[in-house]
Amino acid sequence: MKILPIIFILTFFADNSIYTEKKIEVIKFEQLEKLINEDGEGIKIINFWATWCKPCIKELPLFEALEDELDGVPVKVYLISMDFPEEANTKVKTFVERRNINSEVKLLDETDFNAFIDKVDSRWSGAIPATLIINDKTKSRVFMEKELHEGELEEQIKLLIK
Amino acid sequence: MKSLIISILSIGAFALLAWNPMNDSEGYQVGDFARDFNLKNVDGNMVSLANYNDAKGFIVIFTCNSCPYAKMYEDRINDLDQKFKGQGYPVIAIQPNDAIASPDDSFENMQQRAKEKNFTFPYLIDETQEITKIYGATRTPHVYLLNKERGKMKVTYIGAIDDNYRDASAVKVKYVEDAIAELDANRSVSNNYTKAIGCTIKWAK
Repeated sequence: MKILPIIFILTFFADNSIYTEKKIEVIKFEQLEKLINEDGEGIKIINFWATWCKPCIKELPLFEALEDELDGVPVKVYLISMDFPEEANTKVKTFVERRNINSEVKLLDETDFNAFIDKVDSRWSGAIPATLIINDKTKSRVFMEKELHEGELEEQIKLLIK
Repeated sequence: MKSLIISILSIGAFALLAWNPMNDSEGYQVGDFARDFNLKNVDGNMVSLANYNDAKGFIVIFTCNSCPYAKMYEDRINDLDQKFKGQGYPVIAIQPNDAIASPDDSFENMQQRAKEKNFTFPYLIDETQEITKIYGATRTPHVYLLNKERGKMKVTYIGAIDDNYRDASAVKVKYVEDAIAELDANRSVSNNYTKAIGCTIKWAK
């Protein structure tokens, strides 16, 4: 019987460490815009997805498999979840943990999408999955509104590095 | 002679620029005339726009069972139909997804959903996905507001239903309703194109 409180304490700490590790940040468009426009030396990949979007989930491993560096250029992935903000630290967090997703995940909390879709990229109709790849130095970019296939990310990144 | 060659060359160059194979797949733009279709409704009957003699136009909505964004709008689509059918603008819903790629959107599941939600409008399946391609729908839900002009169906608005998918009571701009109000007042639609987050169309492989 005395063991019960110890289990409680142990599970509390176990949970707590996960919480501190992978809390999903909820952001507004302003913060996303800042992220898109941020200067740097590398390649930035911004993928729009949601836990309920099957083709999005299917292509997630492609982002996870990307190296931190390609041809000597740093590569950073941001997975922007379009799930409901109230589910950020329940459904989305659980999903991210279960799939051991290491890329940075943020959740975009907006409703009036018409006001910002064009600001992300004028080619975006609004469907997900959608992926934006930016060369932070040259500001050249690639936008793809579709499910990606193996090798496609690397191919596009290499084109942007050239 | 030289200037003639230059003008021929520039016409050629212009033609090349204007000829873009992507244009076909991009579908209708506002101002285009939309074609009619003949698609199967959940009640088993075939539906065409030509069946509606008294309609002044149509609220054509590409929507489906499986997309959470589409689900958030089901009640609002029903409301649109009830509000505007009497005014001559009935809702025609078209389910664009391939049933193999997206089993939740099979014809049987469409029938079930229409029954559960008491859809007052036809809920048609675009089995060959031809109409979806011709219209250029890229996501669900995706609205094409058509207005009858000299017997032809002019596309007058393309986009979202309103500006808040999550909370109907927090909507600030009702794009479709505002557009119909303008058409009714014999004005052109001022806000005729909007974008919204939605699910991709699930194409047959």
